[in-house]
Amino acid sequence: MTLSLRTIVPAAVLVLLGLVPVIAGAIDEPFYIDLFSRMLILAIGASSLNLLLGYGGMVSFGHAVYLGIGAYVVGIFSFHSVEDGIEWMASGYVQIPAALIASAVFGLIIGAISLRTRGVYFIMITLAFAQMVYFLGVGIEYYGADDGLTLYGRSEFGDWLDLNESSTLYYVCFVALLLTLFVSYKLINSRFGIAIRSIKSNERRTRAIGIPSYRYRLTCFVIAATICGFAGALLANRTDFVSPDMMHWTRSGDLIIMVVLGGMGTLFGPLLGTVGFLLVEEILSSYTEYWQLFFGPLLILIVIFGKGGIDGLIQALANLVERKPKAAAQSRDGA
Amino acid sequence: MNWILLFEQFLNGFQLGILLFLLAAGLTLVFGIMDLINLAHGSLYMMGAYFMATFVGWTDSFMLAALLTLPACLLLGVVVEVVTLRRLYDRDHLDQVLATFGLILFFDEFVRLIWGPAGLDVPLPDFLETSFEILPGVPYPTYRLAIILTGLLIALFLYILVTKTRIGMRIRAGASNREMIGALGINIQMLFTLVFGLGAVLAGFAGLMAAPIFTVEIGMGANILILAFVVIVIGGIGSIRGAFIASLVVGIIDTIGRSFLPDLLDLFLDEVAASTAAPAISSMMTYILMAVILTFRPQGLFPPRGA
Repeated sequence: MTLSLRTIVPAAVLVLLGLVPVIAGAIDEPFYIDLFSRMLILAIGASSLNLLLGYGGMVSFGHAVYLGIGAYVVGIFSFHSVEDGIEWMASGYVQIPAALIASAVFGLIIGAISLRTRGVYFIMITLAFAQMVYFLGVGIEYYGADDGLTLYGRSEFGDWLDLNESSTLYYVCFVALLLTLFVSYKLINSRFGIAIRSIKSNERRTRAIGIPSYRYRLTCFVIAATICGFAGALLANRTDFVSPDMMHWTRSGDLIIMVVLGGMGTLFGPLLGTVGFLLVEEILSSYTEYWQLFFGPLLILIVIFGKGGIDGLIQALANLVERKPKAAAQSRDGA
Repeated sequence: MNWILLFEQFLNGFQLGILLFLLAAGLTLVFGIMDLINLAHGSLYMMGAYFMATFVGWTDSFMLAALLTLPACLLLGVVVEVVTLRRLYDRDHLDQVLATFGLILFFDEFVRLIWGPAGLDVPLPDFLETSFEILPGVPYPTYRLAIILTGLLIALFLYILVTKTRIGMRIRAGASNREMIGALGINIQMLFTLVFGLGAVLAGFAGLMAAPIFTVEIGMGANILILAFVVIVIGGIGSIRGAFIASLVVGIIDTIGRSFLPDLLDLFLDEVAASTAAPAISSMMTYILMAVILTFRPQGLFPPRGA
């Protein structure tokens, strides 16, 4: 297999992302580490959503909830570790697994009910559940309600891994992203992944050949929720703060935009989409406070005209590059 | 328990249900006929409220402003349909969700640009700012009563429109088979624009009636939109009857839950726990209701025929 543009571009993006702390250090702009670590974390979230949207055909409109749940677990553990003096709750070795378990449990409950429905019902019910958890966050005064919860400290992993060091945190996120991409790759090419994709293209036939589609879809839903919860735990550490706003329904919308913008159902699409989305946000908002006035219509245009997202664009470019010599040769022959 | 308070809260819930119905009817019509999920329906509601606030400022008359707001909403709805949504009817739901999400971003920012980030208040005219003795010794605000009555009239009007008129016949035909009525020589594009315009007017109407009760602010559409989604999911997507019943149920449960749950929890829990849990649980109640109903009836209470 020759290296195609579709592999080269994401690889280049990953290498650049890996170099961000070095570059930011060199030009003395530590702000960039912060900006790009957010990008990495959201790319993990978007990749997990891609398992549902792109491969499973499940349009979940409440995926940001798991970001919030993962983040809240870290926030709440940190809160109790100081307020009640329970030291082990400050440990990252406890917090991260707890965040994963909590988001898996929520994913299991929400998925088990939502997956009984189809189509629009599914979109709306996932949205409604997300809203429900959001209001739960808003309603609990004890953990700050609307105002959220400021972390007393980031997850503690011992001396060798100090998350307070911003470049360390950055590389943790980076490795987590690589891990997510690797797991996604393995998953979608496994027997399980093939079954999931087959359910997306024709559920009735898949069931007919003996694959219990509900269980497969639910498993996929829980896996996606768990990965996103992991991203949430990282997000809490990055921002030192958790609030219900993290799981506001517009955040779920943002995640969908990232996936679709990059290219649904492709391994690197969500990563490219997240990079694209955050860069557009950053650039537009540096020109005008009212950036969404332009971003909204831009989104509509992308939906109407841009099939396949950034990945599709790269593919089209690659086709153009490959065809060019041929076209030239043909015209020579003709002449 | 205080029965008069319960009755008042029941009426408040009824009134919220009516507002929800106005939104849900438009949503469910648009979905049933064009197979389009319109997240921006809440934006039309918000625009209705902002138009109202502006026109009240200009004309100094509540009724005149209301009369101006409705055509403005119709116009806005038609423009939105012609410019963007028309292109989305044959797309999958995900594309529709994304594009209408884009519309929300646009409208929210547009409002921030024109009217500023602060909320607006719409004052009530004197003749509506009275109260009415519905039961001996139980006064109730006239305006809220007016909302309930207007809403019921609109529901009746919609019922007659859909079941008794030629347009309604086409709407129902469009809902059950789009290609067929196109083949029979009906201008579907016109019909779609008309239905969308109708939905926009209903949403705008809900917005203008809500304006004096709630603050007119950015994002007011999104919150009620999600409740309206819950309503049409519970009622069965595409069913106006389902939307009507589910709106009232959701409105009443939500309102009564918010005001009585703290007292109710006090019976079982100690005071601190009750006061902590009550706000969280009461805002979750409608969603729990939805989850329970969907567990037993995944298509909602009144699933559309033929689906």
